[in-house]
Amino acid sequence: MSTDTGTRITATTTAGRVGDSPLRPDGTLKVTGEFAYASDLWHDDMVWGVTLRSPHPHARIRGIDITEALTVAGVTAVLTADDVPGENAFGLEHADQPVLAAEFVRYEGEPVALVAADHPETARRAAQRIRVDYEVLPAVTDPRRAMDDDAPAVHRPGNLVRHLPLRRGNPAARAPVVVSLDFEVGMQDQAFLGPESGLAVPAEDGGVDLYVATQWLHVDQRQICLALGMPPEKVRLHLAGVGGAFGGREDLSVHVHACLLALRTGRPVKMSYGREESFFGHVHRHPAWMTYEFGAERDGSLVYARARTVLDGGAYASSTAAVVGNAGTLGLGPYRIPNVTVDAYGVFTNNPPCGAMRGFGCVQTAFAYEALMDELAAAVGLDPVEIRLLNGMREGDTNITGQVVDSAAPVAELLQIVRDMPMPPPADTSDIRACPGAVCNTTHGEGVVRGVGYSVTYKNVGFSEGFDDFSTARVRLEMAGGEAVATVHTAAAEVGQGLITVQQQICRTELGVERVVVHPTNTAVGSSGSTSASRQTYVTGGAVKAACEAVRAVVLARAALFLERPAAELGLDGEKIVGASGEVLTGLAEVLGDDAVEETVEYRHRPTHAVDPETGQGAAHVQFAFSAHRAVVDVDVELGLVKVIALDTAQDVGKAINPDAVVGQIHGGSAQGMGLALMEEIVVTDGHVRNPSFTDYLIPTILDMPSMQVKVLEYADPHAPYGVRGVGEPPTISSGPAVAAAIRAATGKPLRRVPIRPEHITGT
Amino acid sequence: MRITTTVNGTEHEVDDVWPGESLLYVLRERMGLPGSKNACEQGECGSCTVYLDGEPVCSCLVAAGQAVGREVITVEGLATEGQLHPLQQAFVECGAVQCGFCTPGLLVAAHDLLARVPGPSELEIREALAGNLCRCTGYEKILDAVRLAADRQAQA
Repeated sequence: MSTDTGTRITATTTAGRVGDSPLRPDGTLKVTGEFAYASDLWHDDMVWGVTLRSPHPHARIRGIDITEALTVAGVTAVLTADDVPGENAFGLEHADQPVLAAEFVRYEGEPVALVAADHPETARRAAQRIRVDYEVLPAVTDPRRAMDDDAPAVHRPGNLVRHLPLRRGNPAARAPVVVSLDFEVGMQDQAFLGPESGLAVPAEDGGVDLYVATQWLHVDQRQICLALGMPPEKVRLHLAGVGGAFGGREDLSVHVHACLLALRTGRPVKMSYGREESFFGHVHRHPAWMTYEFGAERDGSLVYARARTVLDGGAYASSTAAVVGNAGTLGLGPYRIPNVTVDAYGVFTNNPPCGAMRGFGCVQTAFAYEALMDELAAAVGLDPVEIRLLNGMREGDTNITGQVVDSAAPVAELLQIVRDMPMPPPADTSDIRACPGAVCNTTHGEGVVRGVGYSVTYKNVGFSEGFDDFSTARVRLEMAGGEAVATVHTAAAEVGQGLITVQQQICRTELGVERVVVHPTNTAVGSSGSTSASRQTYVTGGAVKAACEAVRAVVLARAALFLERPAAELGLDGEKIVGASGEVLTGLAEVLGDDAVEETVEYRHRPTHAVDPETGQGAAHVQFAFSAHRAVVDVDVELGLVKVIALDTAQDVGKAINPDAVVGQIHGGSAQGMGLALMEEIVVTDGHVRNPSFTDYLIPTILDMPSMQVKVLEYADPHAPYGVRGVGEPPTISSGPAVAAAIRAATGKPLRRVPIRPEHITGT
Repeated sequence: MRITTTVNGTEHEVDDVWPGESLLYVLRERMGLPGSKNACEQGECGSCTVYLDGEPVCSCLVAAGQAVGREVITVEGLATEGQLHPLQQAFVECGAVQCGFCTPGLLVAAHDLLARVPGPSELEIREALAGNLCRCTGYEKILDAVRLAADRQAQA
């Protein structure tokens, strides 16, 4: 059995402290194929679980007949809603989604039944022999109509998940220059490569151990316990290797299903989605319909902004309310605007459920306000950088919710940096691989026009609006084999971003030891919160730092007794107790002996506050992170094909704990934003997903993605550990609008929808 | 049915294989070699890339029966005598690995490229790796890693 190797780190000798770029400790396992991802798990008597899903966006279930499925040789269990022992409901913010549909199905792909069998194909075939009697119901598929009085209700009492009104200054403000637009953003998928997978192992105490790829073990545990009707001590979660997440693993997928099957069959159960099922098995980024208006003085200074944003939440609430919070409170970007009227709505429909994805409510609105900012620039005769320099937020400004931006807000500097980066050389038409259309041989430069676009954004870091956003870390220091070893144990999910490396770096820095073991990630320690909202280096990093400080205090107190000196004069470095000037006083080994010092600490960032429900005013966010992009594109205007030539960026990260990893986050985040601008959309018609495959849902390849110039600024946030600022999301927000702006610049077309398709450019 | 295939130089024989199983499934679930990855099983992402008689293929698109009597090399076969292959070493050093799910397929594809084209140009690298999706890195550090390995190969 290999279930406990998912995140066990064997290479513990990686050097490097805060500010260095040590290599990730799991790198060797990942390049040799030995790293155990969730879909790699195996148990010698395991069976396979599969899910039967609804083919209808909205239907009443009249009955389910499992008789025939049960007769299939090799089948060990067939389960329906009747077999859910606890509450048949889960959800991140509201438990509104059935574990298995009982009376209604509300979206295409909703889980209806489960099968366990000795072979995945047997299970799939048996699932097809479950007879579900559906009465198909009218579906609400246009979110703009979902709030109409005559729209069918997806849930009682109605289809509004959240309306966030935001009012600041004079709602009737007028201005001499007015620009407005409608903008639409398609439904993006996280498209993490490692499919949803898990292995549930029934335990002797009647409970279950679940090894699963996820973003937040404890929020999963809470929901699983509710559905299983079991206490947390009986439902133990272990992080299996995670093949990317990007928000798509915040909601439950295989979790409860695998546990139900394991508890029913008494055997370990593996579930692993294929790519098509994955498109139905997790929430997506909300598609958005936005109407924006800016009023400005003739010099371009903003006087007012009005915005109305409708986000399609799909069939269940997931994190829609929080996404609406961001789309409202951050929906006008990093600009100084005295008079503001914003209304952000999240609605229920019978479309696929939408929830968290990298950028979380800020990605959609950035396309609108950045397109409108370019429109304003044109109206007053400024260039895109000038208009943003004129209106850009600065440290100490008050944002549109009345919150003071109380650390660095380098909007102007970021823009100037990307503007002044070297431009790529003119189009190289000598090699068609460098042209739009590439080896399709569609052009050798004829009809190709270059365009440049800019974008700047800001995003909240961490959970907002009063959420108790904390993380727990346990750090243990002891001597082993004559060497000091620190062990750090958290429940924080490493999803590829490099959090385990950061934890090691912090322990080395705070405890002055070389060897740091990252304990397997599980629910045997308190919650670390979610690996999302660009928050883990800040919050779990803060917890690890605080736990190290607590360990150090104990060690130094012991040393003080031993040395008969005040602890305040002592330090810990290089496995030695050192004095005020760094002189070695004694060895750590002498102080610790055979003892281990272990401390567990909960860390909280500054509290945030709910916004006023009528005005949207309040200090909703703990920290803001800023980034800017400049995109250069070559567009074959005859065929509508786009080649992104350059995608350069600058970002303030507060403090780069691991500079190489920071740049890696910026590269990858930028690619996802570019993907939304150019190609990524789940096409949904009448509630049906039309392209659930990597054949038809395109993500950027290495041919699509240009090399990037990246400039990292480090303006420390005095409130954050080491001054860090979240890194992961801003690049996904500012890259796409820059690409869209560059295509508008090249083509002269308004292009008010992303992804921009060839036919939008050619008008055919 | 019975499948007999040489994988990474060792002959593997497995029984009771359902004829619909892919080479990828047999490698991962029956031969204990889960290094080749199952990101799409649609032949689109390249994460399952292996050598089949020296040709890189998507093992998810190869029926297990087609691999009978043939020679397969997977990511688990790239390191020799406990030493990482220079490409593997370069991927680790350059930060080309984040979540790592695409890495096994990219390594096999890049390995094939460097065997065919020593010192490839940037466009040659991009073209050769265009069938391998990565969602984490934006590909920049993957390019760095392939170039580094090519440089080291040239100096060796």
